[in-house]
Amino acid sequence: MSGKKVREGSFHLVGGDFTKAGVASSELKSILSGLGIDVKLVRRAAIATFEAEMNVIIHATAGMMHYAVSDEQIRVVIDDMGPGIPDIDLAMQEGYSTAPDWVREMGWGAGIGLPNMKKNSDEFKVDSVVGEGTTVEIIIKIKEGKAIEPK
Amino acid sequence: MTLKRLIEILDAEVILDAGDPDIEIQAACSSDLMSDLLCFAAKPGSVLITGLINPQVVRTAEIADLKAIIFVLRKRPDKDTIELARAKGIPLIVTPLSRFTSCGRLYVEGLESCTEETK
Repeated sequence: MSGKKVREGSFHLVGGDFTKAGVASSELKSILSGLGIDVKLVRRAAIATFEAEMNVIIHATAGMMHYAVSDEQIRVVIDDMGPGIPDIDLAMQEGYSTAPDWVREMGWGAGIGLPNMKKNSDEFKVDSVVGEGTTVEIIIKIKEGKAIEPK
Repeated sequence: MTLKRLIEILDAEVILDAGDPDIEIQAACSSDLMSDLLCFAAKPGSVLITGLINPQVVRTAEIADLKAIIFVLRKRPDKDTIELARAKGIPLIVTPLSRFTSCGRLYVEGLESCTEETK
């Protein structure tokens, strides 16, 4: 963890529970706003984590979202017990999706979730083991001058 | 334009009044694909025009800092979706117009696209 730690925590994610889908990202967004982080950075973090959360809801049985905020960065790790991604390079291509039709009818599964997470992150990593699960790491740097005061 | 003016242009009905009708709306985006909104709705302070009425529409609006949601073709979201929007302070508006006509009317009146389009 780089920088002085300000806050950390985690949320449980339940696969298939569309009524709760987005709750974790929404709460994290409130926490980041409450820490006084620049709104543009908060928005990027919220979008990236929401996409990751939706992937867990759509594809996995369960997952966790861990966040750690320092005066230098926002780091969020989302890991799941899911099917895993056989070909990460392919999954990173815009438009590639394995989401079923009923998920698409709800407005998801366009195949741009992973590329969009990367777009909104300063550092982005995906690790996956087929049959076990996937871990996504999102890091957003808190720029100089926008640094937050540790509480 | 103000939200109030936008509602007049769309002959719309406010089904959830959640704030100031005089807030300034900078731009609009229209999609039924939530991922597209999260990826391309680049300008905060926009409104969303959509035909989808599930709770994730409200979540997407909240995450992307959208100021109001306009449902087309008289579609009405369920109670849970309305309650979520109330909790998040996002006004919900229903227009009898289609997505195409809604966008057309607002475009003519000078509202911009919220997408940073590549030319």
